[in-house]
Amino acid sequence: MSENNAIELKHVTKRFGEVIANDRVNLTLRKGEILSILGENGSGKTTLMNMLSGIYFPDEGEIFVNGTEVTIRSPKDSFDLGIGMIHQHFKLIPILTAAENIVLGLPQKGRMDMKKIEGDVGALIKRYGFDLNPAEKIYDMSVSQKQTVEIIKVLYRGAEILILDEPTAVLTPQETEKLFDVLRNMRKDGKSIIIITHKLNEVLEISDRVSVLRKGKYIGTVPTSEATVASLTEMMVGAKVDLDIHRSAPVSPKKRLEVKDVTCRNKEGMIVLDHASFTANSGEILGIAGISGSGQKELLESIAGLQNMDCGEVLYYSDDESTHQLHKLSVNEIKQLGVHLSFVPEDRLGMGLVGSMDLTDNMMLRSYRNGKGAMADRKAPRDLAQKVVDELEVVTPSLSTPVRKLSGGNVQKVLVGREISADPTVLMVAYPVRGLDINSSYTIYNLMSDEKDHGVAVICVGEDLDVLLALCDRILVLQSGHVSGIVDARTSTKEQLGLMMTGTVGKEEAVNE
Amino acid sequence: MVKRASISKGEAIFIRIVAIILSLIVCALVIVALTHENPIQVYGGIISGAVGTSRRMWVTIRETMVLLLISIGLTPAFKMQFWNIGAEGQILVGGVVSAALMIYCGNSMSSGLLLVLMFLASMLAGMIWGFIPAYFKAKNNTNETLFTLMLNYVAMQLTTFCIIFWENPAGSNSVGIINSSTRKGWFPSIAGNAYLLNVIIVMAFTIGMYIYLKYSKQGYEISVVGASQNTARYAGINVKKVIIRTMMISGAICGLAGSIIVGGASHTISTSTANGRGFTAIIVAWMAQFNPFVMILISAFLVFMQQGAIQIATQFGLNENASEIITGIVLFFLIGCEFFVKYKLEFRKKTEEVA
Repeated sequence: MSENNAIELKHVTKRFGEVIANDRVNLTLRKGEILSILGENGSGKTTLMNMLSGIYFPDEGEIFVNGTEVTIRSPKDSFDLGIGMIHQHFKLIPILTAAENIVLGLPQKGRMDMKKIEGDVGALIKRYGFDLNPAEKIYDMSVSQKQTVEIIKVLYRGAEILILDEPTAVLTPQETEKLFDVLRNMRKDGKSIIIITHKLNEVLEISDRVSVLRKGKYIGTVPTSEATVASLTEMMVGAKVDLDIHRSAPVSPKKRLEVKDVTCRNKEGMIVLDHASFTANSGEILGIAGISGSGQKELLESIAGLQNMDCGEVLYYSDDESTHQLHKLSVNEIKQLGVHLSFVPEDRLGMGLVGSMDLTDNMMLRSYRNGKGAMADRKAPRDLAQKVVDELEVVTPSLSTPVRKLSGGNVQKVLVGREISADPTVLMVAYPVRGLDINSSYTIYNLMSDEKDHGVAVICVGEDLDVLLALCDRILVLQSGHVSGIVDARTSTKEQLGLMMTGTVGKEEAVNE
Repeated sequence: MVKRASISKGEAIFIRIVAIILSLIVCALVIVALTHENPIQVYGGIISGAVGTSRRMWVTIRETMVLLLISIGLTPAFKMQFWNIGAEGQILVGGVVSAALMIYCGNSMSSGLLLVLMFLASMLAGMIWGFIPAYFKAKNNTNETLFTLMLNYVAMQLTTFCIIFWENPAGSNSVGIINSSTRKGWFPSIAGNAYLLNVIIVMAFTIGMYIYLKYSKQGYEISVVGASQNTARYAGINVKKVIIRTMMISGAICGLAGSIIVGGASHTISTSTANGRGFTAIIVAWMAQFNPFVMILISAFLVFMQQGAIQIATQFGLNENASEIITGIVLFFLIGCEFFVKYKLEFRKKTEEVA
């Protein structure tokens, strides 16, 4: 085995029951390079990395680290080999400081000298260009700072090989830039880095080589310099994909929904939405951008009648010139008014659908009250389920399959299909393509565009700024519960949105209408 | 041990049948160890005890019906993920109210009217016993498990209190057979069978509950609330209303079971009127996966074993706890087999290539 390879995987297979998560995967990480692992959701990226970090044990195959064959049985084995993984979900203790979290669980001799530890941590921070105060408590930190702590934690323990699982998912464009600078510094220092992602632009920007997985199989590795967005997509999906989102000019937009000074608190009594105001027009897609947890969920739920508001109004302007005050009504009362609010919530199986019920029963979730009598009509929902399955190409064994047995993309199609079939005048969607493969994502984008063309006021909460900029007409940016501005999607840039998301730009500058 | 991705119906039924057979074998071994009798003879005793004579068979049917009705009553609550372990109390208050009517109105009312009144009053009493925990669950999110459990003791004390008033004969500390001469409030024989009315009522509720849960709008609401309250709110379902309504239905049916025990079986009231059936019924409901028709089979099987065990206990000189041991063994296997329905055992081979 070549000494130049930090990690080499040969024919690694991992099965979960009948599902083959990794099928004879080969992978090579050279010393001192940044390797991207690219693949759609469910292609087995994380499973593969979890085998390197000792969380799973491979069923078959060999793993070589620095040229010698190894057996990784536990996270400790992995660590002893100098492999450090930074997971998507941070494992930090909020009431401790950064430095305390970093040394947590490390064997120490004698008295713990926090000064010295903070000094050591400080040296690491300086060496790689992080931005962090080792004495700061975790609960005071932003998401990107917490991630920094996680990275320093593995470096402090002497990791030579770093694995980052979707590190940019929670970051703004500016923070992503900063992280990439740090990663480049590490590479200069001789560290080998694997970064898991599905954002193609980032792959092209940061990595030296790209390895692609598809449905658990290893497709190939290419040097980044020879790759393009189109070629990588083709490797990921296995076919050429049209990556253009069709966006038409809004036709005679009319004021449909007006949100005024809405303020909400979460269960702990903290204000999560602070005097948010905006209007949504018919025939237009209004995007909502922001770091996750900035009040997006509360905003949509306020409109849908699912959120207790401290104050504020939600006004609905119907076609016959009348105005309804939705904020005083329950979900059912809104429906009885004839206001067709469709809502695709972020939590699909926990809110939008009932996982244990079949397609038919899920179709009637919003409409089961229709019809007279005490008995529920199941014929119409069954027809609707069949229609959704046919039109959106939902892959399901039958209409009586519980929806939780379907894949993420098919679950979302069922949910979106039902909500669109209700003939909405307002369509709200939260993270509509999270967890979906590329083809399904574009199906959903196009469905939203179609609804817009039919005069529906579409409100879309998204996380991929490139997509929001390509899909929406206007974009509202939330920054920790405040509306930091509403911009025209056709003339704005990702960087501009990023600055608004972190609140580094004043309101006056940002409003760009 | 690996979670099964899916299991065919036939395979699942097969596992359950194996469990039943195994439980019978273990029961036999235990009995043999205790009595040193031939197990086949012991099983003969069980069968003869449960269905040996027409009278024994009708007692088995009567007990099956009571257990079934309680299970039917618990089903909507459990389907809603509301842990109603207060069936004991609901049965008792239903029974107490029925007994009160029999004692105080026995001579002033026609039998038919008295029976109807007993049904309605016991359902109302059970309904109130179901409403109380549901109301506080909906309003203050109290823990319904503790609440319903504690209400059992309240009902128990209430019963004890009433028994002191109704003591007959005085000093016996029990109520004795109520209206033993006039038979007022006793279920009438239909076509010569003393317990046929019990069967008719319980079967009507069984079919009714099946239709209610499977086809009605309210049944659908119960399923949604049980699956996820968030989804229910999203669908515009008034979760609090559904919780209170469903628990009132659940309590009412359990209360009616109390009336059937008092009016249609024991003709007396005591603190052991419910006799743990409120808890056994939970197992019946869960094992049937809330299918009322499967509940018929399960409750029949459990009662069959219990009645049979009572017989062998007297026959072979064991005390009455033998029946509980047998029920325990049967339940152990039946509940335990659900594990094998969900998981399959897979032994990890030691991989040789591990250096």
